[in-house]
Amino acid sequence: MVRKKTTGDRIFDAMNLVFLAIFTFICIYPLWHVLCGSFSDPVLLNQHTGAIMWPLGWSLGGYKNAFANPNLIQGYLNTFFYVGFGTLVRMALTCIGAYVLSERKFMLRKPMTLLIVFTMYFSGGMIPDYLLVNAMHLTNTRWALILPLAITTWNMIILKTAFQSVPDSLVESARLDGASELTTLVRVILPVTKASIAVITMYYVVNEWNAWFKAAIYLPAKHEYFPLQLVLRELLITNAGMSGTSLGEATGIASVETLLLQEVTQYAVIVISTLPIIIVYPFAQKYFVKGVMMGSVKG
Amino acid sequence: MQGSVKHPGIPELKKESYLKRLGRNIQQYPSLYLLFIPILLYFLVFKYGPMFGAVIAFEKYRPARGIFGSQWIGLKNFRDFLTGPYAQRTIVNTLMLNFWQILIGFPAPILLAILLNEVSQKRYRKFVQTASYLPYFISLVVVCGIIKDFTASDGLFSDILASFGFPRENLLTDGRYYRAIYVASSLWQSCGWGSILYIATLTNADPQLYEAATIDGAGRFRCIWHITIPALLPVIIVQLIMRIGNIMSYGADRTLLLYSPAVYDKADIISSFVYRYGLQDLNFSYASAVDLFNSVINLILLYSANRIADKLTGESLW
Repeated sequence: MVRKKTTGDRIFDAMNLVFLAIFTFICIYPLWHVLCGSFSDPVLLNQHTGAIMWPLGWSLGGYKNAFANPNLIQGYLNTFFYVGFGTLVRMALTCIGAYVLSERKFMLRKPMTLLIVFTMYFSGGMIPDYLLVNAMHLTNTRWALILPLAITTWNMIILKTAFQSVPDSLVESARLDGASELTTLVRVILPVTKASIAVITMYYVVNEWNAWFKAAIYLPAKHEYFPLQLVLRELLITNAGMSGTSLGEATGIASVETLLLQEVTQYAVIVISTLPIIIVYPFAQKYFVKGVMMGSVKG
Repeated sequence: MQGSVKHPGIPELKKESYLKRLGRNIQQYPSLYLLFIPILLYFLVFKYGPMFGAVIAFEKYRPARGIFGSQWIGLKNFRDFLTGPYAQRTIVNTLMLNFWQILIGFPAPILLAILLNEVSQKRYRKFVQTASYLPYFISLVVVCGIIKDFTASDGLFSDILASFGFPRENLLTDGRYYRAIYVASSLWQSCGWGSILYIATLTNADPQLYEAATIDGAGRFRCIWHITIPALLPVIIVQLIMRIGNIMSYGADRTLLLYSPAVYDKADIISSFVYRYGLQDLNFSYASAVDLFNSVINLILLYSANRIADKLTGESLW
């Protein structure tokens, strides 16, 4: 765009840039605050008021304390399992479902799509969900976080749309070569819809990484199966388990030192648990942007 | 769908029953049906199963007696909720939170997209965009943990308020601030992310329009008003209608992480109430009735929103 800039334009531009700079600062600052706080000296941090622009003193006490908490490591490992294995199961089922529903020769395509889409708009609710999982003896097992959440309907519908856009000629030529349904899906359809597959995989991964609510409902008595986010909830929100109380290894009294270390430890915990996301984020960003556009297209 | 076309010459084909055709379809493509079995089972068990299980809303459900053995009490649970003290509180809170969320959270990404569209330095624009998406990737638990730390009586926000002469206190347990904190935290998380759709829409806007308008002497604000906003309007309308359709399906996540008994009268929404009464206090039937009541209203809202969006713009989820 070639525009001759008037004075008014210049003022507008300057104010716009400043406003967006402030906005950017607000987006980033809380994370910076936590990062600097996590490396700060606990005593200085407790005395400090207001913003933190740079670590106050230097101490790794928070990190030492955070890593000393066995729940955090266990939560990390559990989440890796739920994310890794869970995503595998979810993607397999979602792809198969999307494939069958996208096949025109599948006679039940319309009624089945209707049956499935309906579940996006109406559900029995969290109590019947819980009672069902409980009746199936899945509560307090790792399967409780895999099986009941094996397919996200929305993701399957998006993939179905993507699969439908694969040219028929490609599928037909595979058929002529005698490929089975599964081979067609894996060898022909998946390679040409790579971008969509990547987006949906991301959705599943991030969703699982962030999930805590279902775990809180389905794993009430299994601390050792808690995903990371549920451990974080205890450490950051309910403030249980900071001194190990929830595991029964409590000393009974929170020492002065524990109280002093609490904030710096919480900051360290946040950094430890968020770092993987921040590292992956630049690479994943474009897929998510693509995903937003896919979701906005009629399913 | 050739089947729907009338072929007077070959009536035999038309006479074949649906079941017969289905049988032949299964014979012809057995592996398709085989592949679909686990998918169908999943939806029947984990989606339709609970829908059936929701009949406990009409019962005096006792776990020992099961769904079939429990006493049928009809609409009593619904009546109890609607005439009880909690219906008004939870419904009003759900609506109020949504009202503020929509009033502030809905226009913010649009404004951001418009302002970003006016930035001519490409790299600066990219930088702001990347920074603005970042909060969306921080998990909700961590965000609420940060909020809790900042709003504590010795936290950052309290420090700021104290410098303006306000008394120090735990802001999150003060009913006056709760909704503001809730809405602000959600805005922080999703403002940048929500702008993606609008930014993408604007990249498709015709640059010649802007040039022509500038030649005609239109300033920045007039360009925004007459070109940018009209370009966004269809997307805005659909998004707004969908958002309104989602009012009742509001999840309990953020509320359960942020609220506390001290602020129940401002914070407790329907879903958090269902969670507390159903899964913590084990009033399965009563909580189920509340949830079902909510689901039905939600379904009606969503359906209407879709119909309206469809009528206005030809775009809908169905």
